[in-house]
Amino acid sequence: MTSTMMADPVITLTGLTKRYGELTAVDHLNLTIHRGEIFGLLGPNGAGKSTTILMMLGLTEPTEGTANVCGIDPTRQPILVKRKVGYLPDDVGFYEDMNAVENLMYTARLNGIPDDQGRREADRLLELVGLSDAKHKRVGTYSRGMRQRLGLADVLIKRPEVIILDEPTLGLDPEGIKELMELIRQLSRQEGITVLLSSHQLHQVQEVCDRVGLFVKGKLLAQGDVNALAQQLFPDEKVKIRFSLSDTPEQLMQQIRELPDAVDLEYDRNADEWVLQANTDLSSDIASLVVGHNVRLYSLKQEKFGLDEIYLRYFQGSEAS
Amino acid sequence: MRKNASPFWVIVRKEVADYLHSWRFYILVGIIMLTCLGSLYTALSGISKAAAADVRIEFLFLRLFTVSDGNIPSFMEFIMFLGPLLGIGLGFDAINSERNKGTLSRTLAQPVPRDYVINAKFVASLLVIGVAFFALGLLVVGMGIIVTGLELSFEEFIRIIAYLLMSLVYVAFWLNLAILFSVLFKQPATAALAGIAIWLFFSIFYSMILNLIADAIMPSEESLAAYRRFESTLLFFSRFSPAFLFSEVTTTLLYPTVNRLNSALFATEQEIFMIPDTPLSIWQSMLVSWPQLTAMIALTLICFAISYYVFMRQEIRSRN
Repeated sequence: MTSTMMADPVITLTGLTKRYGELTAVDHLNLTIHRGEIFGLLGPNGAGKSTTILMMLGLTEPTEGTANVCGIDPTRQPILVKRKVGYLPDDVGFYEDMNAVENLMYTARLNGIPDDQGRREADRLLELVGLSDAKHKRVGTYSRGMRQRLGLADVLIKRPEVIILDEPTLGLDPEGIKELMELIRQLSRQEGITVLLSSHQLHQVQEVCDRVGLFVKGKLLAQGDVNALAQQLFPDEKVKIRFSLSDTPEQLMQQIRELPDAVDLEYDRNADEWVLQANTDLSSDIASLVVGHNVRLYSLKQEKFGLDEIYLRYFQGSEAS
Repeated sequence: MRKNASPFWVIVRKEVADYLHSWRFYILVGIIMLTCLGSLYTALSGISKAAAADVRIEFLFLRLFTVSDGNIPSFMEFIMFLGPLLGIGLGFDAINSERNKGTLSRTLAQPVPRDYVINAKFVASLLVIGVAFFALGLLVVGMGIIVTGLELSFEEFIRIIAYLLMSLVYVAFWLNLAILFSVLFKQPATAALAGIAIWLFFSIFYSMILNLIADAIMPSEESLAAYRRFESTLLFFSRFSPAFLFSEVTTTLLYPTVNRLNSALFATEQEIFMIPDTPLSIWQSMLVSWPQLTAMIALTLICFAISYYVFMRQEIRSRN
């Protein structure tokens, strides 16, 4: 427990299952999260992410299996778990006619923090999340992004070992998401906190996560970093290289097509780019061929492996909400 | 202030502060205060008549709470009618509005036992109502003393305090009913309407229905046994209404001479030989309405137990 080694598991889920009547929301989930890491539980809406989180906090009982959080069984000792774990629900609510400091002080008091210490802590955290200027305004006047940042401060005031954020990016614009994710990363590193966050916004969230788990229909399909994820999900997938040219002489295209390991060359009308699928990374070969033909190469990039495939296959249609 | 208040009292404190900052509380208390002061005015003008009509002038002070001139109901009747409104008004959105605002899941993510939330809400509302009721009751007593110059005997004082406590139990019942609805219904408006529907049913329609029943089961033969059966059936049905139970309890408390709550037809041998119009001691009076009192407390507890049970088993997700 006292060790801060990387291999120190903070959250261990074993065969965790939750059924609502006929529906199995979470299906024999096994997952280990280590101290100090940022883990992204990614999956489309309705995958069972929130249910999993509720079980980790003892807010709902698992049908089968066990959860262990900070060495505690949350089903049996929910109070102890909630002392060590900060939880930010999706679409967090505050008392609208109180200001930010009052809301944080209420949380601090519920955690048994003395008032003077709570006030200092509230001021420090509001500074940290960039709400110092608005801290005496009623929370009812806050924007979505400000609420999420206040939510972070609210979660941190009890000095948790672990914070669990349920859809923290919901309803934020891309810029807001970027800022919030940066803030989460910075706080996690600075305060040495383990972070578990759930999201259905694969692209925006995976960048700050050390590891992600892909969670679909109650099952964890794959986990690791994004490359590992893609390899687990699509072992036969090819490398994709996108490039655009000032001119496309037929001879050049033919040479590219005939490169060893090249599989297929297509023109992507929407992006005005050529897409080469290959078994290995052929970027440098393309570059030298293009230069040899006196054609200008506007752009050349190897596509991030598999992310779009993952998104298309598992997430599309659910991101809109 | 203590350094580390228990989370329970932290919630109670916040709830009380919320009530004291809300317009709703002032409007409800304002309505009750105005009507009660109105009834006090008529009581004060009518009390001399009551004193003249009554042979016994002991316990005259209690008449301030019960006398009416026929236009404006008495203090006692007002509390009976409007007390439920206060209870429903303060309780109908206790749980569901916090759920809808998403604050409930945030509170429950703190190291706080779940039952603290519902218990604290009940205690906070009761504290606020209690303070308001005692202030109101003692205000009536004070103004009564100033205007009439009557002396308040210790016995009368105890009876008034007991009456105020009973009113609190009565309002606590409606409060718990409202909290129950706030746990059951997701929309505060639905919970409020359900509470008001039950209040209106018992305060207006129930007596009409009882009249219908009375007409239907009116005995055709004119025997004492038939009348007794008829009376006891009616009384049995009347006592389903919390307002009726409360009125029986308050009658014994505010009319010291009342020595039984059923019709004279049921007088036991012992009661027949009691001297009429003799005031009972406060304990004797309470003994007369003891079953009613127990029933009222039981009703309150049942409502609370159901809401507690349902609330403890509900899954708290954010805003749904």
